[in-house]
Amino acid sequence: MTERIYVFKRFERFWHWSQAALIMFMMLTGFEVHGAYKFLGYESAVGLHTTAAWTLVSLWVFAVFWHLTTGEWKQYIPTMEKVDAMLKFYLTGIFTNAPHPFKQTTLSKHNPLQRLAYLFVLVIINPLIWITGWFYLFYSSWQDWGVTWLSLEWVAFFHVVAAFMILIFFIAHIYLATAGHTPTSHIKAMITGWEETD
Amino acid sequence: MHTIRSILIAVMGLAFGLLLNTQVWANATVPAATVKAELPAQSAAEEIKAKGNSTADHSKFKALQVDFKTGPEVTAACLECHTEAAKQVHKTKHWTWEYLNPVTKQKLGKKNVINNFCTSVTSNQTFCSACHVGYGWSDDKFDFTSEENVDCVVCHDTTGTYKKLPGLSGHPNYKAMEWPPHSGKFRPATDLKKVAQNVGKTSRKTCGGCHFYGGGGNAVKHGDLDSSLDNPKRYLDVHMDANGLNFTCGKCHLSDSHEVTGSRYAPTASDANDALIRGEKGDRNPSTCQACHSDRPHGDKVSAKLNEHTDKVACQTCHIPAFARGDYATKMTWDWSTAGKLDENGHRLQIKGSEGRDVYDSKKGNFTYEHYVIPEYVWFNGTVKYTLFGDKVADKDVVKINSFQGNASDPDARIWPVKVFRGKQPYDVGNNTLGVFHTAGEDDSAFWGNYNWDKAMEWGMKAAGIEYSGKMEFVNTEMSWPITHMVAPKEDALACHQCHKEGGRLQAIQDIYMPGRNNTPILDKLGFAIALLALIGVLIHGGIRIIMSKRG
Repeated sequence: MTERIYVFKRFERFWHWSQAALIMFMMLTGFEVHGAYKFLGYESAVGLHTTAAWTLVSLWVFAVFWHLTTGEWKQYIPTMEKVDAMLKFYLTGIFTNAPHPFKQTTLSKHNPLQRLAYLFVLVIINPLIWITGWFYLFYSSWQDWGVTWLSLEWVAFFHVVAAFMILIFFIAHIYLATAGHTPTSHIKAMITGWEETD
Repeated sequence: MHTIRSILIAVMGLAFGLLLNTQVWANATVPAATVKAELPAQSAAEEIKAKGNSTADHSKFKALQVDFKTGPEVTAACLECHTEAAKQVHKTKHWTWEYLNPVTKQKLGKKNVINNFCTSVTSNQTFCSACHVGYGWSDDKFDFTSEENVDCVVCHDTTGTYKKLPGLSGHPNYKAMEWPPHSGKFRPATDLKKVAQNVGKTSRKTCGGCHFYGGGGNAVKHGDLDSSLDNPKRYLDVHMDANGLNFTCGKCHLSDSHEVTGSRYAPTASDANDALIRGEKGDRNPSTCQACHSDRPHGDKVSAKLNEHTDKVACQTCHIPAFARGDYATKMTWDWSTAGKLDENGHRLQIKGSEGRDVYDSKKGNFTYEHYVIPEYVWFNGTVKYTLFGDKVADKDVVKINSFQGNASDPDARIWPVKVFRGKQPYDVGNNTLGVFHTAGEDDSAFWGNYNWDKAMEWGMKAAGIEYSGKMEFVNTEMSWPITHMVAPKEDALACHQCHKEGGRLQAIQDIYMPGRNNTPILDKLGFAIALLALIGVLIHGGIRIIMSKRG
């Protein structure tokens, strides 16, 4: 018996897709700035990467405000409950059409693995990419700030480390978007807001 | 009814006519006035321009209406009015050819340095002093206190007919003379009266008369100075563009009391300041880019990032994308070791390349020339250390005649473009010093007369006051020249990716992190490998799901 629940509100969907576009674009331009390939041209890549970064900052200001005022931030509180069941499902159950061990509700829309993954993004990857990114961008102001102990080489190194983490997250995230009730149910939910569930 | 309409039309017509008339008046009177006012003003302006905007017409001075026999006579006449001029010149490097570097304490100046072109002035003054602002410097007995020996007109000539010839100890030819030697062409005697009556401000021609021809010929030495700057297009020099800003050398190299600013012995490598304001107190060099443009010249709104480069990169690095961009190739190498080969009749050989320039000369050895040369790039904080007379050579494989100081952590250092001139020249094996040899002169020791290295070395080393072991070899040498002239228009400046890539222009600068270079190869390999594994992992997982769902 399939039922539909409303999990992703309008702002959330807007946030998700615009953030997705920005992150993909920033990966594309960022790895070019790093020297991995030539695509848009170095100067354009730098300029667009910077513009995209500021756009993402603005988007985040709204997103943080939204999460705090709606209480949706609670969705990211980690839990170890059913983590083993989720892992087991991805490793075996998913192939045998076993029932999904996690039941989505409006109050709890992320499965325990998702919660952990997103928390990792929030607590590790994002601070790393943002802090290194800001230092990178404001390299010429270090002296005015009294930052003499930092080297651009290490700032860039950790910025790239974080970028690779995002790339790997991105691959897993896209794939796992197909691992819902049906291969497209998560994706549809992220577009319409309505998730089909068991 | 009809009449009223007629009257109305007539009145309107009249009014319109009047209006039209006033228009015509206005149109007619205004240009007439303008023409009347402008015509005489324009011709006066042209007249003044022809006389170089000067308030004095030197041809009207009695003291200059004289048939001068020699240069010093002209100078004596100049000094009658310009009583302090020679004393001022005496204090300058143009006169002393000497400079004490306050940082390194090295005694520099043309008189004291060795280079890898003609190598040394010592013992060759009769030739070299063709570019000295004086008359009669032929040996070490020259009187540097003589006021009449100052050559005023070499810098202040406007006729273009005054030329000091090598071999005449700083004098022009006072009699008709075959020039170039053995060419069959004759230079008429210098008309000193005409020259003296037409003195004026220095010009690109007068400065260029020496500075474009350094190293023994047009474009030879510097790479960013040659006679194409006499009348350059915008492409070659955005400031000197003859149809544009039309700067003279003196526009940047502001002078005071004959002291010309800007120096290759103590260059200003960085100037992290706003543009210099007229009248501002301080001792900033007015010849730098920053003196006019400030160190944040790009406009913060357009490109803050470009401005942020000025703490590490000299303006010249991006804005002079290549040197020898004019009409002439510049000399890049000079191998003295092959000099002295003569043809079967024992005559001097002069072999020219396809561009019409010497590639071999018995007097000088082998040369190479290049056009549109991409500079080499070095950190430079303004201090240059020289290998001078008698200095022990540090590295015999390649002797650095001068070395630019600075590195990434030096706040005064910037990345500068340089022309590195590579030579092979005499070296005293026994004393481990660079050689000084007697090149030119009317005696039997001059290399250009007898092609005998031993005699030339003995004489030269003695004249320089350094010991000679009697055993000489040739060593490879390098000398760097900062590139700072022939500034390209902004559309020809370097693009970001010319440095920000693997193998870019700044590949030799390794002590600084540069985005876009392959800086972290291990991280990159690891990162992309894990990402690839993740991709393969999800593809396998997805594949199994598809297969299983079809079975199910």
